[in-house]
Amino acid sequence: MLTQALFRALDRKAIWLIGILVALAVLVPAANLLIPPGQFGHVPNYAVTLFGKYLSYAMLALALDLVWGYCGILSLGHGAFFALGGYAMGMYLMRQIGNRGVYANAQLPDFMVFLNWKELPWYWQGFDNFAFAMLMVMLVPGILAFVFGFLAFRSRVTGVYLSIITQAMTYALLLAFFRNDMGFGGNNGLTDFKDILGQPIAAPTTRASLFAATAIALALSVLVCSTIVRSKLGKVMVAVRDAESRTRFLGYRVEYVKLFAFVVSAVMAGIAGALYVPQVGIINPGEFDPANSIEVVIWTAVGGRGTIVGPIIGAILVNMGKSYFTGALPELWLFALGALFVGVTLFLPKGIVGLLGQYRSLTTRREQHQPQTPGPMQLEAGLDPQPKAAE
Amino acid sequence: MSDKTGTMLYLDGVSVAFDGFKAINNLSLIVYPAEMLAIIGPNGAGKTTMMDIITGKTRPDDGEVLFDGRTDLTRLDEAAIANLGIGRKFQKPTVFESQTVWDNLEMALRKPRGIFATLFYTADAADIARIEDILNTVRLGHRKNDLAANLSHGQKQWLEIGMLLAQDPKLLLVDEPVAGMTDSETAETAKLLREIATTRSVVVVEHDMSFVRDLGSRVTCLAEGAVLAEGSLEQVSANPLVIERYLGR
Repeated sequence: MLTQALFRALDRKAIWLIGILVALAVLVPAANLLIPPGQFGHVPNYAVTLFGKYLSYAMLALALDLVWGYCGILSLGHGAFFALGGYAMGMYLMRQIGNRGVYANAQLPDFMVFLNWKELPWYWQGFDNFAFAMLMVMLVPGILAFVFGFLAFRSRVTGVYLSIITQAMTYALLLAFFRNDMGFGGNNGLTDFKDILGQPIAAPTTRASLFAATAIALALSVLVCSTIVRSKLGKVMVAVRDAESRTRFLGYRVEYVKLFAFVVSAVMAGIAGALYVPQVGIINPGEFDPANSIEVVIWTAVGGRGTIVGPIIGAILVNMGKSYFTGALPELWLFALGALFVGVTLFLPKGIVGLLGQYRSLTTRREQHQPQTPGPMQLEAGLDPQPKAAE
Repeated sequence: MSDKTGTMLYLDGVSVAFDGFKAINNLSLIVYPAEMLAIIGPNGAGKTTMMDIITGKTRPDDGEVLFDGRTDLTRLDEAAIANLGIGRKFQKPTVFESQTVWDNLEMALRKPRGIFATLFYTADAADIARIEDILNTVRLGHRKNDLAANLSHGQKQWLEIGMLLAQDPKLLLVDEPVAGMTDSETAETAKLLREIATTRSVVVVEHDMSFVRDLGSRVTCLAEGAVLAEGSLEQVSANPLVIERYLGR
């Protein structure tokens, strides 16, 4: 059963994409570590981290695309799942600091000492264990998505109303995490990380490994998404997107279909966040900012929603643009982003990938202009499927 | 009442009001197994609202709606009712436009509807044969790999009928199936529905009187949310009330 589903998932495009990501996971660290600086082919340290960050964004965009592009749920709060995964990873990294903090307190992170807390809160227990922390990276966003989605989808909250409450969800979390009493470092968040799995976090080998891990995680996400969207469930998701109530009359429980997509997507976003945090070295409540979640929507729209490769391309290209713009013309970046979104919505409804697809179908149509014999009903209906004038 | 047993669909004293307007007013109706019932009536007579009540989209304020003589449909939602074996074709053909004809039928095919059963579903030989069979019945075999959006209006109607067949329901509710069809397609549709009605119960809502004549079934005329007349088409169309309220003089 599972093997059949996996086999079906691996169409040519998915194989190529996974192949490229696995190759990147090997080649980029190799080019960074093995080729000495200054020589042709060397990838500088900053670039490894920067592209690692892009790949974690790409994973977030892919997660959003699973719910938005395929299931029609426009979540404007997906950054929340990303940030929660990031916080779970950040908590693990905080516990690894041990007595190397400013206050040299082996039991408590610095900010807790500063707040005069005497002992570790219960919800920090266990986070010194990597496996436990990784479990939480998946469970916390997953459970939040399950509870939120169960309530929202069962009450048949759809469309713009759902988008607004997802936005409210991430905003509520933003405000909550800003509070010092929450025990997540308040305004400053979690930072000053030292080690991950015993390795110094800023060492080039660690950075290269994190890049490789992100690329592999993205490749696995592509595999998971491809398995889902190419299964019958994926077709039902598209059916829900296009005609929700019709799908209900076919006997499918639309709320569960949506819930499944939403939870899988949230878990994926959480993992992306967990890979993001050690590479950028900080997680703070700013990650819950509703504007962040909206940016993810833009990446996905630019790349092409409803495709697997689109959001990945979109996330990487827009973030490369952002890195460039915020360096060269910082005051113009938000205008450029806004213009990009308006432009894509107006002129490229299917994004960059849709544009390429249009071009390809145009050329193939030209190649095979020989029309198939139209069926009797086509003729009756007066449909002329292919122009015959070309002959 | 004792005559519930042996019925496929049983409506008794059903009423529903929208903002004070009684869309359905004390409606009672019975459909037996393997029987066809044609419903006619002027616009606003409550025909579509009646279908909404049977399929769980609208809850009646009052009255009894039973399926198979025992299952209370007013307590169930759309998906549960569909899985009991009630299939519905909408007035406006509603197919999944961005997917192929084949995929439309595959989704409709009667199979476990659970999330994981659907995720790991692979069409076996019997399923493929069944879909091919339905494609032949609704004459869309040559278009099975085309997107549903590219079908003509009449073909979409047939695809939706095909989806109904794939669901393998015990009761079919068919709302204006021949709108937008040519005369020959209309005649074919009547033939197909008559064939289906030999093994299943079929309720057809239609305005086209020559099509209703082709169906050759029992006819109920609705008006203002209640039954105006019942009987054969001849009896109903000779009824002075029906002539006055619906057919016109």
